[in-house]
Amino acid sequence: MLRLLIRRLLLSLATLWIVSLVIFAATELLPGDVATAILGREATPETLAKLRTELGLDRPALVRYGEWISGVMQGDFGESLARRGQSVGALISERLRNTLVMSLFAALIGLPLALLLGVISGLTRDRWPDLLISTVSLVGMSLPEFVIGALLILTFGMLWAIFPAITLINPDAPLRELLPNLVMPVTTLVIVMVAYIQRMVRTSLIDALSSDYVQMATLKGLPRRRVVLAHALPNALLPAINATALTVAWLVGGVVVVETVFNYPGVGRLLVAAVGDRDLPLVQALGLMGAALYIAINLIADLLTLWLNPRLRTLQS
Amino acid sequence: MTTTVLATPPFVRRHAWGQFWRNLRRSPATLIGVVILLIHLLIALFAPLLAPYSATALDPGNALAPPSWAHPFGTDGYGRDTLTRVLLGGRIALAIALLAATLAVLIGGWLGVWFGYVGGWVDEIAMRVVDAFISIPGLLLLLLIVTTLGSGYGVILLAMLISYTPGVIRVARSAAHEFTPRDFVTAARARGEPAWAVVRRELWPNVLDVLLVEFAMRSSWMVLAVSGLSFLGFGVNPPTPDWGLMINENRSTMALGPWATLFPILAIGTLVVALNLVADGIAKAVGLDRSRGAPT
Repeated sequence: MLRLLIRRLLLSLATLWIVSLVIFAATELLPGDVATAILGREATPETLAKLRTELGLDRPALVRYGEWISGVMQGDFGESLARRGQSVGALISERLRNTLVMSLFAALIGLPLALLLGVISGLTRDRWPDLLISTVSLVGMSLPEFVIGALLILTFGMLWAIFPAITLINPDAPLRELLPNLVMPVTTLVIVMVAYIQRMVRTSLIDALSSDYVQMATLKGLPRRRVVLAHALPNALLPAINATALTVAWLVGGVVVVETVFNYPGVGRLLVAAVGDRDLPLVQALGLMGAALYIAINLIADLLTLWLNPRLRTLQS
Repeated sequence: MTTTVLATPPFVRRHAWGQFWRNLRRSPATLIGVVILLIHLLIALFAPLLAPYSATALDPGNALAPPSWAHPFGTDGYGRDTLTRVLLGGRIALAIALLAATLAVLIGGWLGVWFGYVGGWVDEIAMRVVDAFISIPGLLLLLLIVTTLGSGYGVILLAMLISYTPGVIRVARSAAHEFTPRDFVTAARARGEPAWAVVRRELWPNVLDVLLVEFAMRSSWMVLAVSGLSFLGFGVNPPTPDWGLMINENRSTMALGPWATLFPILAIGTLVVALNLVADGIAKAVGLDRSRGAPT
């Protein structure tokens, strides 16, 4: 068990390391280099050479990677290109809270709701509650976040102006002022998230219900409620955990779009602005953070599966 | 005795294609998906002939006109005919998505089966790299590539390939693992067949059904991804009509002229619902579980 844990942990770290290489490689792929990107058309050979020495671009890529990654490990992501003089770390931390609050609300509402709907549709397979839930899910899954967001704005921001249509507050506004602005972005995220997870829970519950051990429990004369809650559900949730982790991590991308739709002052909108300015250090930092989050969530999901499944727990190697 | 080993068929198909079509036709949901998808494809192909107006000509005097006989879907904030732009607006996203999905499935499929068959340290290293690419959340990777290489259809196609091929490699590899221990693969290896021949003749035909499902799923994700990029302003450039871009352009005037936003929404929604229904149908017809979760 312990060896398995250590192996899993090391694999995650190795993956994160390769991610950092991939993300750093983006700098090398830049047509020209960072110096030409900053100076643009005003570049003359002299200013270019001067800026290159200033930024240390004349040194080998390996040395620059070493500097970048050791900085990152100390929480220093370097300086923004488009906003000269501002550190990438400060730009991100200014908005990180807002994004975290939004994602947390979405997860806290979305996960239980998805689970509940998934179980209901799995238990009523092909009857009307399932057909209703699954059809709505299919539509929710097929509409991009910006479409769901736009429809919500049209309905609840304009036709019935219940919630602010777009966010018009500063990134550092107190939480109390942020809350009303959160309702529609969180709803958008919840709709997409529930659509994906409900489908997974439904499928794995149906699989579990058709298994031998559930049939056995039924034949032993156990009440239906007990068969479902004690026998089918725990086994159905195991495969759903990993898939749920994937969905939650996928929301990282969803957050970017949702923040843009609602003009919400979080990291996602910062990322879009950074891409527009071709501010590579900022994009790299956010990409690395997104990947780290993804890897961490998957690691937690794996450990959770391991902990919940006795068969895997006793597995050697 | 050796002759009996040699007499085993070179590969076993898990599903005869006839059975596949019968399964596919049985589901009404799949049929609905196929019909909607065909309509979308036909419209995309013949849009230039169907479109009643110019997609880009400005007519400020006629801005935000509600639906009428002259403009069945109304006009947008620049007075452009919404019907025309909706008819033309799916072509680029569809073309990029279908081309990228085809390439991703072909390249990723071959690589995945190859790694699955060869195994060893090549496979181990390749899988770490694949995991790394999968770990960068899809849209973030797309945006990183766009930041580096700039926008343009070629870059978007490349970005789609880089983002979505690693997932196919993973799926194809585990599909191949199901067959590598089988007798017909062992027999081929014992006959002294080179690795490429085993991959080509024994394994590839057996993973085709899995790859078909991947193709259908990835097409729908890619349509969403391309229009998402356009919505964010890094995909199709104005004034070219594109649903994602149209939704972004018209959402500020949504209260005055909701039709300019609602019709592109309807178009993209029906297309992706149809793609999902078809993907579900294909998965069911080949006996696979498709609800594996979010795009990877």
